[in-house]
Amino acid sequence: MKRVYAKEAYCLGCRLCEIHCIVTHSKSKKIIKAYRTERDHLVPGMHVEDSGSVSFALQCRHCDDAPCIEACIAGAMQRDSRTGAVVCDEDRCVGCWSCIMVCPAGAVRRGRRGKVVSKCDLCAGEETPACVLHCPNEALHYEER
Amino acid sequence: MRPWLIQPEFEIERDLDRCIRCQVCVRQCANDAHEYDSEDDVVSAHSIRCVGCHRCATLCPTDAIRIKQAELDFRSHACWTPSVIRNIYKQAESGGILLSGMGNDRPYRNYWDRMVLNAAQVTNPSIDPLREPMELTTFLGRKPDKVEVAPTRGGLALKTVLAPQLELALPIMFSAMSYGSISLNASLALARAAYEEGTFANSGEGGLHKSIYPYADAMIVQVASGRFGVNVDYLNRSAAVEIKIGQGAKPGIGGHLPGEKVDAAVSETRMIPENSDALSPAPHHDIYSIEDLKQLIYAIKEAIRYAKPVCVKIAAVHNVAAIASGCVRAGADIVAIDGFRGGTGAAPTMIRDNVGIPIELALAAVDERLREEGIRNRASIVVAGGMRCSADVVKAIALGADAVYIGSAALIAMGCHMCQKCYTGKCNWGIATQDPYLTKRLNPEVAERRLRNLLRSWGLEIKEMLGGMGVNAIESLRGNREHLRGVGLSDSELRALGIKQAGVGA
Amino acid sequence: MRRLRDEKDMSGCAISGIVSEAGVRFSGEAIMESIAVMHERSSGLGGGFAGYGLYPENADDYALHLMFDEPSAPKKVRAYLDRNWVIVREEPIPTAHADNISTPPVLRRCFVQPKPRMRDRLPAETDDDLMVKTALHINRFIDGAFVFSSGKNMGIFKGVGYPEDIGVFFRLDEYEAHLWLAHGRFPTNTTGWWGGAHPFGLLDWAVVHNGEISSYGINRRYLENFGYYCSLHTDTEVVTYLFDLLIRKQALPLEAACRVLAPPFWSEIATMDARARMMARTLRIVYGGALLNGPFSILVGSTDGMVALNDRTKLRPMVAARADDRLYIASEEAAIRAVCPDPETLWHAEGGVPIVGEVKEGAHASLAHTA
Repeated sequence: MKRVYAKEAYCLGCRLCEIHCIVTHSKSKKIIKAYRTERDHLVPGMHVEDSGSVSFALQCRHCDDAPCIEACIAGAMQRDSRTGAVVCDEDRCVGCWSCIMVCPAGAVRRGRRGKVVSKCDLCAGEETPACVLHCPNEALHYEER
Repeated sequence: MRPWLIQPEFEIERDLDRCIRCQVCVRQCANDAHEYDSEDDVVSAHSIRCVGCHRCATLCPTDAIRIKQAELDFRSHACWTPSVIRNIYKQAESGGILLSGMGNDRPYRNYWDRMVLNAAQVTNPSIDPLREPMELTTFLGRKPDKVEVAPTRGGLALKTVLAPQLELALPIMFSAMSYGSISLNASLALARAAYEEGTFANSGEGGLHKSIYPYADAMIVQVASGRFGVNVDYLNRSAAVEIKIGQGAKPGIGGHLPGEKVDAAVSETRMIPENSDALSPAPHHDIYSIEDLKQLIYAIKEAIRYAKPVCVKIAAVHNVAAIASGCVRAGADIVAIDGFRGGTGAAPTMIRDNVGIPIELALAAVDERLREEGIRNRASIVVAGGMRCSADVVKAIALGADAVYIGSAALIAMGCHMCQKCYTGKCNWGIATQDPYLTKRLNPEVAERRLRNLLRSWGLEIKEMLGGMGVNAIESLRGNREHLRGVGLSDSELRALGIKQAGVGA
Repeated sequence: MRRLRDEKDMSGCAISGIVSEAGVRFSGEAIMESIAVMHERSSGLGGGFAGYGLYPENADDYALHLMFDEPSAPKKVRAYLDRNWVIVREEPIPTAHADNISTPPVLRRCFVQPKPRMRDRLPAETDDDLMVKTALHINRFIDGAFVFSSGKNMGIFKGVGYPEDIGVFFRLDEYEAHLWLAHGRFPTNTTGWWGGAHPFGLLDWAVVHNGEISSYGINRRYLENFGYYCSLHTDTEVVTYLFDLLIRKQALPLEAACRVLAPPFWSEIATMDARARMMARTLRIVYGGALLNGPFSILVGSTDGMVALNDRTKLRPMVAARADDRLYIASEEAAIRAVCPDPETLWHAEGGVPIVGEVKEGAHASLAHTA
């Protein structure tokens, strides 16, 4: 299964990946409109970790034996059978944040409305995830390892 | 005290309708020219800090930023131009030498733009490089006057043994850019691209970093006046050695590397203390006359056991023909001439803009002089200093060069925007800096790809132009001034270049 | 006569050559017939011939064929020759009326020997070196005089007109030679100058050439390094001088010299065996300035015989044939069959591969090629 891998040596810390993650998951899919009208509802599904000059983009690892799926009390965390990605069904999520606590990578984050919405879904099966496509320094690679 | 006289050179214009306050510009500008106010939720600019490198505009996801020349118009004056006035303000406030990066930006006449190329028609067919062989292979090194063969029972046997040669797949190499003036990622990209494309890169006077050792067969290592990084292993671990006497951007003075750019790795490679300014001496202190150069050339040849060519790099100055002739007679296998448009990481602006002569004139003079003296075959000529495109390369070869070095063009291919602030160490593109936050910005894989693309595209264009002239081997273009004509040049300039006026005669 | 000296002229467009490898001499009729077949390839603005073995009684003298179009020129040339040469015999070149040949220049020939003590001679110079200097000097510096040929027991006859008419004009049917070359011209610069026709000669080299040399600019500068000055911007000049340089002065065998002028492609060299590859590489690396680029068919005559060479991408025609002791080469098959209807073999030359017709020992006055 293809996953997104980061090359820390080339990450600029510019956070364009976060911006494009938001745009791809917005209703309008247009950057200015999304930021103007939907900003409050959207949180990027991945985020950049940085410290000094070291930085890299962190996405959900879509683990083969995902602890978040085990931990989810509402059954919201599921495996998308088509893409193999671990995705959160927002309608079922009750905001207990068990997945946040249990994620070994720290890749799950609180969403804006108190619900867990901030999680990478590999852009729902697009050929190339938005973060990979828009990284200006080719620091993200979408590949099978 | 705040330097009141200093004015902004650029204005940052932000389209507020498009700005989404993502703050990429704030994060990316090494000069802190953008600032975000979270209370008012607005990004504003300090234009005085802007150097015109376009980093922010390039990365802005909504294309909201424009960079313009600062519109603080002076009353128009042909003599006291705004840049002249601003230079005086800078010096009045600082009391120091004006520094610049990259090459001469003054509007001196560009002779490449006044030479045009031939094409074959009717009496001579042009050749189609897509369907016919078109040979760009070039050899740099000493050639004998003739080849001696002896008949043997098995056929002709070769008696002549050639002096060591560098074999280039195409007549373009990467010019000397020292590790220290540019980042390790940039140096690595240049070395790898040269290695993969069958040509060579020059290490510059910064020594050779360990990570470049695997590509050493594609490296020409430089011995400059500071002798940074020079030991016998350095000399042997290369394809050729170049003694740098001068460079086009600053003839007569040595290299400048400000202490800010000397981090631990640079310090180790150059063999100097961290954070110390690396100021190369003006002359080599063991070359005060031509016979001293001969001694150094042969000392190096001994050290490398005569196994590789030794090149001498000189700046193009008034008596460049005589100097080149002297270098050849002193034993140089290759003479590299750097014209006054050559780039640099740091040079005093006055010297960069006023000292030296154009490479076009220098090349014509050196090629002609060496032929007159009957010694043209003893050394190959490589030229540098403002080669901008494949047409410049073709014209240079027609004038008499064996190959060209490209510096600025290679940096631009990697992302340089010619803001000329290399000496600050704050290159936003990750090229002319050692700051780890900035050096990450140059992904060497991407940079290598771009450099290889540049070489390949120029190579294809050269083949098209050669074919158009009815020539299918670069040897037949080299020094063939019949394929050049001048437009808009005076008689003395035509004579100096050794070319005819376009449209007159055949 | 107006000479357009500063303009480079194209070389075209019909060539023919016949050599008897046994050294048997024959009249100029055959070569005239051969070149006449290719009438359409010329424009009537130039034609010429070279013959070898013409002057057996003066076989050891340099036979200078001279052209004068200034009244003062003959005297100046005479004075210049007197410095270093003994003039054994001197006479006009016999001519006859021919159609379409008008206003010829003064044409004379003289047979010379080097003076025992030469004023202008440098210690290492041979007789041949001095004759080269003499011929080049006359061409460059004596206005109105031009040397057609300067070899021993051979001569070049040329002028403005169709080659078959030039042949009649010079009465070539009355001469006998074991090697004849002929050329018809279609220049793109109009010229009324007899010296501009081909063959072009130096010592006993005579070159006829069809094509244009796109490397001319560098070939010319390369030759200047070795003392050959092109005083007339024709491509054929550089070919002649390159042969003299590579074979006579640098003692390269003919085969190697041809490989210098028309080298194999690097892609071909890469597939050769180690020894051949080293040879091909070295020749190409050293002699880049001598590479002839552009389309060409050349025929070169010398005392040793005739060699034909095509450019390496074979852009000009060249047909060869053998019958008895003779080798025929021409731009067209028809030109060969007109004089040899039934050759034993007939083939088209291959790009970059020389065809050699070698005159056997003892068949001619020997002229050692010394450097």
